[in-house]
Amino acid sequence: MTFDHETLVAFSKSYGLFYMMGFFAIVVIYAYWPSNKDKFDKAASRILEDEQE
Amino acid sequence: MAMFLALCLGFGGFFLGVIGQGDPIGVHGYLIAFVGYLLLFLIVHSFYSPNPSPKRVTRYFDDPTKAGIILAMLWVIIATFVGDWIAWLLVFPEATFDAGWSSFGRLRPVHTSGVIFGFGGNALIATSFHVLQRTSRARLPDQLTPWVIIIGYNLFCLIAATGYLMGVTSSKEYAEPEWYADIFLTVVWVLYLLLYLRTLKRRKEPHIYVANWYFMAFIIVMAILHVFNGLAVPVSLGHAKSYSLFSGVQDAMVQWWYGHNAVAFFLTAGFLGMLYYYLPMRAQRPIFSYRLSIISFWGITFLYMWVGSHHLHYTALPQWVQTLGMSFSIILLVPSWASAGNALLTLNGAWDKVRDDPTLRFMMVAAIFYGLSTFEGSFLAIRPVNALSHYTDWTVGHVHSGALGWVAMITFGSIYTLVPWLWGKKEMYSKKLIEVHFWLALAGTIIYVFAMWNSGIIQGLMWRAYNGEGTLAYSFIESVEAMKPYYVARAFGGFCFFLGTVIGLYNIVKTIKSTDLELAAPPDKEPIVHSSDALTLQTAE
Repeated sequence: MTFDHETLVAFSKSYGLFYMMGFFAIVVIYAYWPSNKDKFDKAASRILEDEQE
Repeated sequence: MAMFLALCLGFGGFFLGVIGQGDPIGVHGYLIAFVGYLLLFLIVHSFYSPNPSPKRVTRYFDDPTKAGIILAMLWVIIATFVGDWIAWLLVFPEATFDAGWSSFGRLRPVHTSGVIFGFGGNALIATSFHVLQRTSRARLPDQLTPWVIIIGYNLFCLIAATGYLMGVTSSKEYAEPEWYADIFLTVVWVLYLLLYLRTLKRRKEPHIYVANWYFMAFIIVMAILHVFNGLAVPVSLGHAKSYSLFSGVQDAMVQWWYGHNAVAFFLTAGFLGMLYYYLPMRAQRPIFSYRLSIISFWGITFLYMWVGSHHLHYTALPQWVQTLGMSFSIILLVPSWASAGNALLTLNGAWDKVRDDPTLRFMMVAAIFYGLSTFEGSFLAIRPVNALSHYTDWTVGHVHSGALGWVAMITFGSIYTLVPWLWGKKEMYSKKLIEVHFWLALAGTIIYVFAMWNSGIIQGLMWRAYNGEGTLAYSFIESVEAMKPYYVARAFGGFCFFLGTVIGLYNIVKTIKSTDLELAAPPDKEPIVHSSDALTLQTAE
């Protein structure tokens, strides 16, 4: 099965754009989901309680 | 088990030495055999030392980290020395002593691999073990694997560097080692990945801290890149030479897909992992925005994959692939600056600490250089800009603003933070010497980068200058002659940087040896690892 150049370009120009945008949206929603805030704040400050030796 | 592995290494190396008679691979075979038998001797020797305390399994396992840090410092001294040597070689090209090994072409990969893999790699492996255990609150699952990784990785670096001097090269930039070294590294790297996953599985923290995400991306993507770019058929088992499975423009595209992602995942993602742990720890402030760090993580991992083709502007590569690389390079500025900004905003409100503490200042300058060099990178990736900059010293300057200004500075900052912790000291032996190192490194980097901006832009302009008759105004050699003052300046800047690394190692050794700085350890510390875990660990060993 071979694809010609035009098909590949059309595919990457459409699908490529949408999956990237979709993924971006998912990441932003995950990062800014209100109930995740607490988890992230904890994670950021927890490392400072580490014992070093 | 360790003895068995050392024996295998010894015999394997000996076998390679015998079948590779008369070829550089034979020399490498005997080198591997020597290392194998040396390890065997050391392991047997260690049987005579007293039994370690059974309590050790309730603590973190930091010996491989300690070894990795010392090795990283040794590599950076060797590799920046070689770098400065070849910088002077460009000023005085006849200074090769009429020998093959001392030619520019053979010494340059010793410098590049030495700093990237020898220094950068050891620093990444060492700090990743440390960060992984602390942020997971779990001990590494066994004692053998981390040592196999550290020793195996350094053996790979040694094979690579000695091979270059003998003329062994695949001629792929930053992937010069030949097939046998590549296979060996693949085994070591898979063990590294498995060790990371096994430790994460034992973690006591529900959330995996973002630094680990970056380290994981670094390990996984480097494995993929290394395997695909290394696909090659050796001439025979007893021959160092191999031929790539790819040819022509596809070979070039695979090489630069590898090449730029090595910059992305080795020299960026891994060191961002370092930044996201050691910067908050040193400043004693949580990262400015944890959410932003997540967004920039996914931005960096997904966007970097596509930018490699900007190394091949105006070549036989299809125009749309070049445009694709260029577009992604520009978009990439967003997550890059998000990380740099996140680091600097974390320091906002702690500028007094930055002023007083050279270690924290190393990290701040690293974040600034990270911001500067990612901006420069996006700019240079624009096709018409690249028409001026490509093949000139501007690229060399750009790489060094990233490598010296960002990668090395964040590493020195992290190492100066880590050394007193690991060896149980109050602080580094001399804050003054850190200060000297800082200013030498910063001055050296700035001199280097400015020299290369000047020489690069002059080269680019001279090469494209036409005279009244419509022919080229300058011959190539005239542009070479015009570079001489900048090459002297560059070599001087490089020397400053090299001097700083020597002072750094001296300071670290003095810290380790000093008895005055010893922290009084409380006799019975709380176990970090749960006792049930400790028990399984002990039986496993």
